[in-house]
Amino acid sequence: MVFLSNLVNGISLGSIYAIIALGYTMVYGIAKMLNFAHGDVIMVGAYIVFCAAQYWNLPPVVCILLAMLVCTVLGITIEKLAYKPLRQATGLAVLITAIGMSYLLQNTALLIWGANPKVFPSLFALDTIRLFDGQLSIKPETLITIAANIVIMTALTLFISKTKTGKAMRCVSEDRGAAELMGINVNRTISVTFAIGSALAAIAGFLLCSSYPMLMPTTGSMPGIKAFTAAVFGGIGSIPGAMLGGVLLGLIEIFGKAYISTELGDAIVFAVLIIVLLVRPTGLLGKPVREKV
Amino acid sequence: MKTKKSRLITQVVTYGILILLFVILTIMINNKSISRTLKGQLIPICSWVVMAVSLNLVVGISGELSLGHAGFMGIGAFTGIIVSGWLLNGFQMEDPTLRLVLAILAGGIIAGIAGALIGIPVLRLRGDYLAIVTLAFGEIIKNVMNCVYVSVDGQTLNWGFLDGNLPGTLLLNGPMGAVKVKTIATFTAGFILVMFSLIVVLNLINSRSGRAIMAARDNRIAAESMGINITKYKMMAFVTASVLAGMAGALYGLSMATLLPTKFSFNESINVLVFVVLGGIGNIPGSIVSATALTILPEKLRFLQNYRMLAYAILLILVMLLSNNPMVKMLVRRIFHRRGDDESGEEMRA
Repeated sequence: MVFLSNLVNGISLGSIYAIIALGYTMVYGIAKMLNFAHGDVIMVGAYIVFCAAQYWNLPPVVCILLAMLVCTVLGITIEKLAYKPLRQATGLAVLITAIGMSYLLQNTALLIWGANPKVFPSLFALDTIRLFDGQLSIKPETLITIAANIVIMTALTLFISKTKTGKAMRCVSEDRGAAELMGINVNRTISVTFAIGSALAAIAGFLLCSSYPMLMPTTGSMPGIKAFTAAVFGGIGSIPGAMLGGVLLGLIEIFGKAYISTELGDAIVFAVLIIVLLVRPTGLLGKPVREKV
Repeated sequence: MKTKKSRLITQVVTYGILILLFVILTIMINNKSISRTLKGQLIPICSWVVMAVSLNLVVGISGELSLGHAGFMGIGAFTGIIVSGWLLNGFQMEDPTLRLVLAILAGGIIAGIAGALIGIPVLRLRGDYLAIVTLAFGEIIKNVMNCVYVSVDGQTLNWGFLDGNLPGTLLLNGPMGAVKVKTIATFTAGFILVMFSLIVVLNLINSRSGRAIMAARDNRIAAESMGINITKYKMMAFVTASVLAGMAGALYGLSMATLLPTKFSFNESINVLVFVVLGGIGNIPGSIVSATALTILPEKLRFLQNYRMLAYAILLILVMLLSNNPMVKMLVRRIFHRRGDDESGEEMRA
């Protein structure tokens, strides 16, 4: 029973990582940059849901939609202001700007909401599900997280493979120069990518804080790093890879904490990542890069 | 390519300015005409300068993005604290200078061994994958240090993993970090360490090996086909940088009364990377200037109170945007009308 409950919790945590990892992986695939501010967009999303629910008493669905809207606008603004002027700059310059953005968001949140942790309200008026005579109890948050993950993955895969914008995104990620020559609006495509990534970040922030109800300005950074790890784990740039990497990472973390050592949970996660990368240097589902001479 | 002569001039000027600064600061300390905050920051500044210079060797000269440099600093810091405490409690070695030197050497050696162990598998990876693996190593080091307990009982060191019930005086106390450290680091030692790391790094860059390292950075395939052993030279840069980071860590650790393992997190690695990028990638004197300025700046911004880190973040973004703006670049080039030297430098970096 303990095993089953760990399994469910692991998949649920992994689903959160997977949704965050999508934002990293899409932006990396299309803009070829590591968006370190992504973890902090999650935090902003969670704060918006918190405010909407706690202070304005809005219904849960409206709270989430509002957070998604705010995060989308935020993501596009960040991209336009900070990243777009650096399209031609070196990767490191963009990375440092992203880090600056991450500091900016964290400290703005610190000024607005203060350093004290906020207790995130439970928005689901559902009872805990008890199976096997109450030996296995599953919280509604857990199930909703897993369900949300499946819905998002399916919708995103369909969007990328079926729609015209999705096709444009795949083109830009394959070869930006050629895509531009074919008349694809690269800037618009990158903006759309940031918008989708940030909207997903808002959902992830809400789900994260529903399961782990402590909200601080630094809430997003560790899950951000882990989700980034998950994206690399599954092969960065690949959407199924982000899903697989996220879920596996969540499972490893929960099982590592349960069966090996609570204190070493993070170390185990990162150690597994290193071993995977040594065996498959481009991640689980990543395409091997051919070297051109 | 810079000529031999201009390189020599740059080196002499760098060393000269540093020695001059050191003399002025020492006189000011003796006169007590230096502010308390600045005086307290002198040793940390020395460690951050060494960190920035060593990371620049990896990022700028060797061209590999490392996001776990603070991990090596942490290893060095805790090794240094253990060695210093062991020598004091176990061997009654009262001389702080000798203890400091031995602690710094031990910190460097252990961090170097860790660097070699990490480098062998890691340097097979490229680009962003290398970055994420170094990040992971940094986090693992931090996490493991959180679980280590060390005590000294007589002349024996006792180690405990997740278990703090050890006989004797506790040196490392798991998540509480190092407690009651005897602060034996001095500004003079810090200055000597800065000079040492500069001599090591600048000589390495200007040696045959250094040229091989840069050749591997500029074009891996071309360098490989010229018979350069890429892994060997990347390892050389990586291990040298870890040794220096370990030494900087030992200096830093022995200047603080208490030290938490969480200090050496991803954020610190990023901070050092910011020093390197703002100082100019591959520009060693630039790293010294930016590490110093950016360690002092947050303190100087203290009048902004809660807006301090916000201002720092905005400054960081603005500097990155401006320094990469083509208009500003052209303007700077026009003001410092130095053809040849600069332009070849630009091309090299591109």
